[in-house]
Amino acid sequence: MAEETVKTGEKNKAKTGNEVVIAIKGLKKSFGKKHVLKDINLEVKRSENVVVLGRSGTGKSVTIQCIVGLLRPDGGSLKVFGDEVAEMSDKELKQLRIKIGFLFQSGALYDSMTVRENLEFPLTRVLKLKDQGEIDKRVEDALTSVGLLEAIDKLPSDLSGGMRKRAGLARTIIVNPEIILYDEPTTGLDPITSREISDLILSIQKKYKTSSIIITHDMECARIAADRMLIMDDGVFIAEGTFEGLHKSKNKTVEAFFKDIL
Amino acid sequence: MAEEIAIPGWKKWLEGIGDQVEFFFKFFRNIFTGGFEWSEFVRQCYEIGYRSMMLVGITSFIMGVVLIVQLRPTLVAFGAASMLPKTLSVSFIREIGPVIIAIICAGKIASSIGAELGSMKVTEQLDAMEVSGANPLQYLVVTRILATTIMVPILSVIGDLIGLFGGFLALNLRDNMSFSLYFTKVVGSIDFSDFLPAFVKTIFFGFAIGFVGCYKGFHSNKGTESVGIAANSAVVTASLWIFVIDAIAVQVTSLLFYK
Repeated sequence: MAEETVKTGEKNKAKTGNEVVIAIKGLKKSFGKKHVLKDINLEVKRSENVVVLGRSGTGKSVTIQCIVGLLRPDGGSLKVFGDEVAEMSDKELKQLRIKIGFLFQSGALYDSMTVRENLEFPLTRVLKLKDQGEIDKRVEDALTSVGLLEAIDKLPSDLSGGMRKRAGLARTIIVNPEIILYDEPTTGLDPITSREISDLILSIQKKYKTSSIIITHDMECARIAADRMLIMDDGVFIAEGTFEGLHKSKNKTVEAFFKDIL
Repeated sequence: MAEEIAIPGWKKWLEGIGDQVEFFFKFFRNIFTGGFEWSEFVRQCYEIGYRSMMLVGITSFIMGVVLIVQLRPTLVAFGAASMLPKTLSVSFIREIGPVIIAIICAGKIASSIGAELGSMKVTEQLDAMEVSGANPLQYLVVTRILATTIMVPILSVIGDLIGLFGGFLALNLRDNMSFSLYFTKVVGSIDFSDFLPAFVKTIFFGFAIGFVGCYKGFHSNKGTESVGIAANSAVVTASLWIFVIDAIAVQVTSLLFYK
């Protein structure tokens, strides 16, 4: 396997600052005999959007599931805000999760609740807010941010794929997370809606100063949202750089991703 | 992504037992930690109790009618037709009512809980709840298990009453017995040792139905087929548990009340 690391220019270094919010060193994760993550090394700085590209089954989603504590790594170090995730108690993990938003591929809206109730859920259950006026305001603000205020009283089954992703994103940002992990945010959407979601990711980064890891196959999404990109293959990152930098790469796997990009 | 590896059957079985024990203790720990989800609990009581009332009522009514129609020729042959209300009430309240109603509830409620939670797992709603910092066990599991534990005994009592009423109507198809006489005979033939053990075992039936439904849904695999498997497995396992609990309850009751 080629493990050439392509380092390219860092156009956004000044913009993103230097505080490391996620630090991963030598991360390993296996499922039975299948070694999904072999040696993952990654640092994400404050207010930085990092896009991770890779073929299906290379371990991208597993990496972000380890970050949020849904999966326990087999080896290596994974620190978020300087604390080792694997060593956290349930209470500490819960506190950490309040600071991390996670947008699932499907949106993962609670389908027995309306959009309003979906957004109220983390406010009342996690942040334990009691003031209905404040809850209503935060729900409306979050939905306005994603342009979905008109669907506030609809059930998830009444929403289109793009609307569900927007609602999922609104539920993610409503608790003001410092980090957002996006698991294939534009998969299954038409090109126009994909672009809208990609623009939304960028605007959320600018508005809320969030750090993000965006798992995607969508090159247009990567072009719009990425401050920095990493290419994953067979459980390791094989290339790192900006969109423009990686576009010029001669690495075969990297070239394959940029094949159709002019 | 994750490649399944072959695990020996006995190891899988032991892991399953371990998971169930862990789930059992997590359920109890979550009742007493954090805030209780009252609104979800009330909603579940409505969904589980009120929405099952019609099915339980119709089935119990038919059971009461059928029992009288079946019992009558035998008792008449022995010149014991007057024993029909007593025979029906004792058999219905002690055994037939609670077990049949629990089996119906296993079919309706355990499958519905298994499918609902299984579908939430497949669509990553359980993961979403967990990564948001909320506690899916507290919100989804505790409320459902407590709701079934409370509502199945209530449904059972209602079913018993409707079944006995069905018996009264069936009795009057051939015989002529006033409601007050029938009611007096029924009440006079039942004592504390008939009603209490039957009621207590329905609490265990309710717990088993809720627990199995939640466990199967919560531990279903990721894939649409898993939702069906979770629902089916919840019904089969809950029904089996109902008979096991009933067998134990009968032994305990006979030791305590019918020496």
